[in-house]
Amino acid sequence: MEEFIYFFSFKDPNIVLVVAGISLLSISAAMVGTFTFLDKKALVGDAISHAVLPGVCMAFMFAGNKNPYWIVLGAFTTGAISTYCISYISTTTKLKEDTVIAAVLSIFFGVGILLLTQLQQTGNAALSGLDHFLFGNAIAIVWEDLIVYGFIASFVIIILLVFYKEFKLIIFNAHFAESVGMPVRILRFVFNSLLVLAVVTGIQAIGVVLMAALLITPAAAARFWTNKLHVMLLLAVTFALFSGVAGAYISYVIPKMPTGPWVVMVISFLAFISFFFAKKKGMVSRWYSQRKYQKKIHMDHILKTLFLHWEKKQQGMTQGELINQFQGKASTTRQYINHLINKDHLSATEHYITLTPSGFTEAKRIVRLHRLWEVYLSKYLNLAPDHVHDMAEKMEHLLTPDLEAQLEASLDYPATDPHQSTIPRDHDV
Amino acid sequence: MIVKVTKPVLEIHDLTVSYGKNPILWNIDFSLPHGVLAGIIGPNGAGKSSLIKAIMGLLDVNSGYVRIFDSEMNAVRKKISYVPQRESVDWDFPASALDIVMMGTYHKLGLFKRPGKKEKELAIKCLEKVNMSNFQDRQISELSGGQQQRVFIARALAQEADIYFMDEPFAGVDISTENTIVELLKKMTKDGKTVIVVHHDIHSASRYFNWIIMLNLHLVASGPTDKVLTEELLQKTFGGKLALLSDVGDLIKQKGFDPLKN
Repeated sequence: MEEFIYFFSFKDPNIVLVVAGISLLSISAAMVGTFTFLDKKALVGDAISHAVLPGVCMAFMFAGNKNPYWIVLGAFTTGAISTYCISYISTTTKLKEDTVIAAVLSIFFGVGILLLTQLQQTGNAALSGLDHFLFGNAIAIVWEDLIVYGFIASFVIIILLVFYKEFKLIIFNAHFAESVGMPVRILRFVFNSLLVLAVVTGIQAIGVVLMAALLITPAAAARFWTNKLHVMLLLAVTFALFSGVAGAYISYVIPKMPTGPWVVMVISFLAFISFFFAKKKGMVSRWYSQRKYQKKIHMDHILKTLFLHWEKKQQGMTQGELINQFQGKASTTRQYINHLINKDHLSATEHYITLTPSGFTEAKRIVRLHRLWEVYLSKYLNLAPDHVHDMAEKMEHLLTPDLEAQLEASLDYPATDPHQSTIPRDHDV
Repeated sequence: MIVKVTKPVLEIHDLTVSYGKNPILWNIDFSLPHGVLAGIIGPNGAGKSSLIKAIMGLLDVNSGYVRIFDSEMNAVRKKISYVPQRESVDWDFPASALDIVMMGTYHKLGLFKRPGKKEKELAIKCLEKVNMSNFQDRQISELSGGQQQRVFIARALAQEADIYFMDEPFAGVDISTENTIVELLKKMTKDGKTVIVVHHDIHSASRYFNWIIMLNLHLVASGPTDKVLTEELLQKTFGGKLALLSDVGDLIKQKGFDPLKN
């Protein structure tokens, strides 16, 4: 707890440095990542984050130390070459893009690992901690790193905001953008450069390979929550910031812990939460609305059963009779009967359960929809009367008043269904 | 039969286009007068969509040129609107109907400027014209096919152009939407706009258009509907491709490069 307070009180200038650095790079990665995700180019981000490794190693070999300027230059060069390779090969050959991406990714990364191993064998003292570039170590960020990476991240953020509407249009509809005279090719080139730069900023703090996760996962998680692009961007940025700072904190508390994997753990956790609990699109909410629908079906059936019984015998049913209609579902049926009594759709006297006026109207509506749909199927789809029941059984719960009106109009208010049962309406007695 | 026009708004001169290595348009040469509602008709794979894409500069042309208002395309782009096929975009994109229509105002804003109140009002007005004002805040993936198409047309209206190129605006659209769109297009041409539509149904073509362009890899006819919509020309357009053109196309495909490209 003490460590937590110390870390987040920002008394230590080194901590301020680390948090500032990781925040900037998280924001830029999440923003670029959101556009990349919507452009369905998530795999390209993955390829780039692998392809910067050989550049980093070559910069090392050349400079002989961890000079951030050389590293950025090296990483940007091989990263950019890889994107160029991907687009060139997939447009000029018959190979599909996913094949090309997989090939480019593994070739560049293979070369990177080769160079890294070679470097480590030379035993140069200045190269210790070289493997930080694989998994990242935010705590090792020094002032010079912050200047370089922070500047690049800010640059990426600003350019993205400046060309916000242009990038939005190109991703949604590139042909339209071109037709109104937007320089689509140049803008795509700019965007690809920003993508490479966003990956480059994460080399030190997150690590080359894992940067792909910080690029795409915040956007994927944010997509569950909203249908608005600017909200999605804000959410993605928030998720990335949270996981970036959390990763840095863990590296601070346990110095041997690499930052990258922890950032990935936290952002993945946020993605899981989104996947399960997001409003409307999340698993739980979908499961809940399905449950609710099933409950509605069951209650509809209770009302309908009482109505059909009344139609034949002009009286209510005993609770036992009613429950017997739903074999194996006695307890839920009892529960829903009580629910319907509370909703004032049913009333229970000593022996009988009867429909109240409002329950009667509702039951009539369900039976009416069922029979109307049967008429519709037999009239427009030419189905025989013995083929229409099952489908109508499903449609009776689904049809809206709007569709009901359309049905009535197109069938010209029929009096009976294909089985010669009367179609009940509100105004008849 | 190709009817020449004296003061054309659109002039296409000897245009040849390949898609990949596949030649799809051979020596297209015609012109259009001002204020027509023109339909481009032809069988599947005749190159109808490619023709308007080539006019818009979205495809590389092998040879020939296009002039609009007696100028280069790039000089007059602000006066021209293009409606792509509905299926060509991903409607899962996080945007509302209004967002999409506002895109029609982007090119006039230039860099740095965001669409503001004026652009929003224009977009709302354009949605009204296609009977979509009730749907302005609806997420686009939740719209029906016909509604999505109308959003695209509203976006074109927001461009306030003089010439409109529309790629299959009636594809996958119900009959009442089709009628709404046709009425709108007729009104637009009455107001002095020129509208060119890629259309797949020959039966309705005579009712919708007052100018017809018939296409089947090559140009079969271009002229006023009553003059060109004849049994003979329809037979020429829809009665199979010219065998030699297809054979040459296959030959070029086998070459591994396109000898027609400059």
